[in-house]
Amino acid sequence: MLHHNSVPITYTSGEQVEVYRFSVPVTIAVPLVAVFLQAYLPLHFHFFSIFDLPLLVTIFFAMARRSQVAGLLTGGIIGLLQDSLTHQPIGIYGIAKTIVGYSASSLGIRLDVENAGARFLVVLVFYTLHQIIYILVARGLVRLTLAWNWQHEVGSALANAFLGVFLFFLLDRFKQRA
Amino acid sequence: MESVLSRYRNLIILVGVLFAQVLGLAVQVKRTSDTQETRLIRVWTVSAVTPFEKAIVWFRHSTYNVWHNYMYLRGVRQENRDLKAEIERLRIEHVRLQEDAEQARRLQALLAFKEEYISQTLAAQVIGATGSESSRAIFIDKGSKDGLDHDMPVVTADGVVGKVLQVYKSTALVLLLNDQTSGVGAILEKSRVQGVAKGTATGELVLDRVMSDEAVQPGENVLTSGGDRIFPKGLPLGTVTKVTPGSEVFLNIRIKPSANLARLEEVLVITKKEEKQAVAEGTPSTRAADVLAQRLPSVPDKHAVDASKTDQAPKPAPEAATTAPKPNTPGTASQSKPAPKINPAVPPRPEGVSAQQQRTPAIKTTSSQPEAGATLVERSAKPATAQPATQTGAPPQ
Repeated sequence: MLHHNSVPITYTSGEQVEVYRFSVPVTIAVPLVAVFLQAYLPLHFHFFSIFDLPLLVTIFFAMARRSQVAGLLTGGIIGLLQDSLTHQPIGIYGIAKTIVGYSASSLGIRLDVENAGARFLVVLVFYTLHQIIYILVARGLVRLTLAWNWQHEVGSALANAFLGVFLFFLLDRFKQRA
Repeated sequence: MESVLSRYRNLIILVGVLFAQVLGLAVQVKRTSDTQETRLIRVWTVSAVTPFEKAIVWFRHSTYNVWHNYMYLRGVRQENRDLKAEIERLRIEHVRLQEDAEQARRLQALLAFKEEYISQTLAAQVIGATGSESSRAIFIDKGSKDGLDHDMPVVTADGVVGKVLQVYKSTALVLLLNDQTSGVGAILEKSRVQGVAKGTATGELVLDRVMSDEAVQPGENVLTSGGDRIFPKGLPLGTVTKVTPGSEVFLNIRIKPSANLARLEEVLVITKKEEKQAVAEGTPSTRAADVLAQRLPSVPDKHAVDASKTDQAPKPAPEAATTAPKPNTPGTASQSKPAPKINPAVPPRPEGVSAQQQRTPAIKTTSSQPEAGATLVERSAKPATAQPATQTGAPPQ
């Protein structure tokens, strides 16, 4: 059994890691609230559009559940919901978040990431991965001419990582031991 | 075999889910008229999210209204006085614009000119955005049950916002001008150079397809050209901010949108347009001098005396009025009244021309300040741009 304040990132075997589950209301409400806030807040706080709340929720659920299937399905569904609110073809966010969900849960199986610094790094990496996949799919499959601006992406990744640390500690309260 | 499947079960599921989504994307990309058909998942998501957005917007407005209407009433008297003065000024400005529009319409009638008019608009509240930097669109609280349809133009008092892209029962998705998939036929106000106003991937608005040998100056206004058959001609799009040589034969022209696309709260959807030939006939109407006579008791009622005299013996307009000569149009009455002395710059208007037939004031009016009388005398001689009006609910004559 791992303790929360042991080592920031710990390599564990499959039997050692602590698996969490969430109640049904939390499983449904949290992603919906994330999608809702993502659609509503940028209207009044324009800077908020650099955040990707649904992505942060995907990473959190995937890493806490430590199940690859649950992770990819959570990411896929949240991504498709996000796609539905845009005017672009449905599936761009879906594909990106499916892969992120799978990768995050794969990481969660091997590493126990409970420390703020570790969470910061994880979100930073997965945000960048998400953006790369999103751009590739949008350009390659949908022929959207999206701009890639390193400065902007690095800034967004850092901002999301900061927000992720706080959000994850908030969402920790909903965890239930499986 | 079984062990291989169970060993790579998660990977196989991942590939399967990704394949399904790629397939779905391919189907959507192949369809050219995707915007006409709304995917069921979109309907579900929008139905799940927008009620909360509507509720929050309603709550915010209710709280604001309670505070401002019942509690915070400091300075209301002064504000009321200011607003009344503003109304007076706008009434006079309105009449002046009517005169200008009347003259334009007479000229258009001469040329059998057909123009598109805004005959009906619907006010809507902005309730949400897409939440994606690559999809610049907003949700409004009106939908198909309110009569909205695809490709209806959306504007604010400042200028064009975008067009309706997807319509749901009680909400609609509006594609903003600065989205990269957006395109609006545009014309430069002074040079009359035409192009296409398009959004970019970074959310800027540019004027495309303008040849590099054209003289385009920063600061020039950009209006809709009407060439796209969606936006009526003459609506303000923005102002040229930067002109640089492009990579090919076209100029790179950046535009600052007239409407603040980052802070939209209420918008107008143009639900009905009419294309009709200009008519310069009708019943007599209110004139600027009449409004002044009613509103400013200090102005001597000389106009009525003058008018009765001119009915018997028409006089030519004063010299100042010749800045806007009256065309000798067929269908206009030969009896002309001299322009009122208080405002010699207002061109004379022939009998039988109805101001009621005019469209209501243009979407954007100048906002020079205060005194009504001073405004009339000092008004600029700038020609009116061909801005369609926003007459809510009432079709034009």
